[in-house]
Amino acid sequence: MTLLEFRDVHVTYTGSRGRIPAVRGVDLAVEAGTTVGVAGESGCGKSTLAMAVLRLLPRSAEVTGEILLDGEDLLRMGWGRLRAVRWTGASIVFQGAMHSLNAVQRIGRQVAEPMLVHDKGLRPAVAAKRAEGLLERVGLPPSRVRSYPHELSGGQRQRVMIAMALACDPDLIIADEATTALDVMVQAQVLQLISGLVSERGVGLVMISHDLSVLSSVCDTAAVMYAGRIVEQGPAHEVFARARHPYSAALGAAFPVIGDPASRLRPGGLAGDPPDPTRLPEGCSFRPRCAVAVERCGLESPELLQIGGSRSSACFVAQEGEPVVVG
Amino acid sequence: MTDSPTPEGGAAPLHDPAPPSGRRPGRPVSKRSTSGFGRYLCKHIGGAAVSLLLVLFSSFFIFRLIAGDPIDQLTKERPVSPEERAALRAELGLDRPMWQQFWDYITGTLTMDLGDSFQYRRPIFDLIVERLPATILLSGTGMVLAVLLGFWIGTRSGWRQGSRFDRAHVGTGLLLYSAPTFWLGMIVILVFARYLGIFPVNGMRSPNTPPDLWSQAVDIGHHLVLPVLTYTAVVYAGYLMIMRSSILDEIGNDYLTTARAKGLRDDEVRDRHAVPNALLPTVTLVFLAIGGVVNGSIVTETVFSWPGLGSLFVQAIFYPDRPVLQALFVLFSASTIIAVLAAEILYWFIDPRIRKS
Repeated sequence: MTLLEFRDVHVTYTGSRGRIPAVRGVDLAVEAGTTVGVAGESGCGKSTLAMAVLRLLPRSAEVTGEILLDGEDLLRMGWGRLRAVRWTGASIVFQGAMHSLNAVQRIGRQVAEPMLVHDKGLRPAVAAKRAEGLLERVGLPPSRVRSYPHELSGGQRQRVMIAMALACDPDLIIADEATTALDVMVQAQVLQLISGLVSERGVGLVMISHDLSVLSSVCDTAAVMYAGRIVEQGPAHEVFARARHPYSAALGAAFPVIGDPASRLRPGGLAGDPPDPTRLPEGCSFRPRCAVAVERCGLESPELLQIGGSRSSACFVAQEGEPVVVG
Repeated sequence: MTDSPTPEGGAAPLHDPAPPSGRRPGRPVSKRSTSGFGRYLCKHIGGAAVSLLLVLFSSFFIFRLIAGDPIDQLTKERPVSPEERAALRAELGLDRPMWQQFWDYITGTLTMDLGDSFQYRRPIFDLIVERLPATILLSGTGMVLAVLLGFWIGTRSGWRQGSRFDRAHVGTGLLLYSAPTFWLGMIVILVFARYLGIFPVNGMRSPNTPPDLWSQAVDIGHHLVLPVLTYTAVVYAGYLMIMRSSILDEIGNDYLTTARAKGLRDDEVRDRHAVPNALLPTVTLVFLAIGGVVNGSIVTETVFSWPGLGSLFVQAIFYPDRPVLQALFVLFSASTIIAVLAAEILYWFIDPRIRKS
């Protein structure tokens, strides 16, 4: 069953520099009980996409298309219905847990708050008890309900964010760079926790990260975004092991392979910067940085097309069946 | 929720929960926190004590430097013989050496013996005790109204920056803020007391009011309206602007996005999350205002002939009544210093982040 579906979603910010297209036509589906990874550089539109789900973007952002949660279009919901869906239908594990928690409220109150908001008949004492249970579930001592955010370490705060995301038993959880600020040991623990919850409770998970090793270890399918579009999509391990778009290949090569000294000495970074969204190049937006570009890339923009099996790529070269990696 | 509630025994903490506050020094758990609070307290009390001493010293010298020889001023109107001058000097204790006068002043102030007023020939302490309630009534009421009004409007203005509500209130508030108090006071008197005649022109009581408590209270309340209105109108914009900018600092913070994502209504996000954070930096300001209640509004008291410390101060300047000026100067400064000290102590309890550093 399709839990979340993006249909031709565009997000455009209007600012002092004019109209900035941050997301340009994304189609993506998340099935219940599966994990979808969204990868890409900073500024490629992946966080904007996440925030668009619960309509948390600033007023200056214009969102078009359809975002269906359980078949219901979130973009056309009334405010009352939207508030009811927030956190019960989908919840978000925000990045930067220090700033995403209220510094002057105790942890327990913040975790219990959504339960009390969505269930007016719930007694505060019961909600507080449940908050303790949630902390225990994410591996924190229940007594932490009495702590303030600054009294916890970064890893503990991130666990609090996860406990909070579970408060209303949502069908979908969006983890926006949930482990980026953590050191590798804590990151591994948090990832284990998150994927355990997915398999145990059958929720859908959207995992947003720039770290491919994180995504390939947790996700079933992966989507790579570049300049507001999905450029490659497919089963996670295949996308990262055998990229079918030169951008995914470069993104993968930027991480050294542990145990392979050659790859450490030769990190395959990518020259140049992502394009300015107000002045996108003609044709394929990746062309200026692409090593395998052909003449056609400068003329028309490639669509995301199926290229055999469950994989798709928005690259003319890959669609012709040619390899996308040089050297 | 699928999980069973945690059994009572299972909730035993694996290690110390963070001490809830430093208020229970007897508990071993909060020992470290208590010594932290002790240090914090000592530091701020020490700072306040130094400030108080500086005020005490400077008050003695400043008024001696600027007021000249009090005997000249006291005898200005009539011809006096040198013997009479000497007698007056001895009577006021001004013939003794400066160091002795200073010593008497310091020990006297510390034991609440503030000396006698030149003008009233009565103990200054009694004068202050007589007039303090009137001042606290006027500026206390005005201050509470100004803070509540300013914070209420400021919160809503900042939350909807640039809205019609915001522009209208910031405009009105700043216009009143920039109006001279005496001018606004006179307009208020003209409109409400002279033309409309619904409030008394000045003073605090009417002479022919029945002596029972209820009639007296209504009479004082009736006299209180116009001065409080003037005082509040002039100062509330300060609180409005501070609260507005404090709210603006919070807007755009991630924890508000979290609150919104949880499904809270916009006003719940504002009142439960933004306001408590925005109030933190305003605590000092509120306590400064509380400290300022004692010196009240000198101009408002003068315009409305309100028998408080402010009008006592103005009379003392014109007389000039040096001991009264000296004592009020110390009192006004001390109340502000102590209020700021109280704010610093309160921060320890309301801002959990201070306890960490």
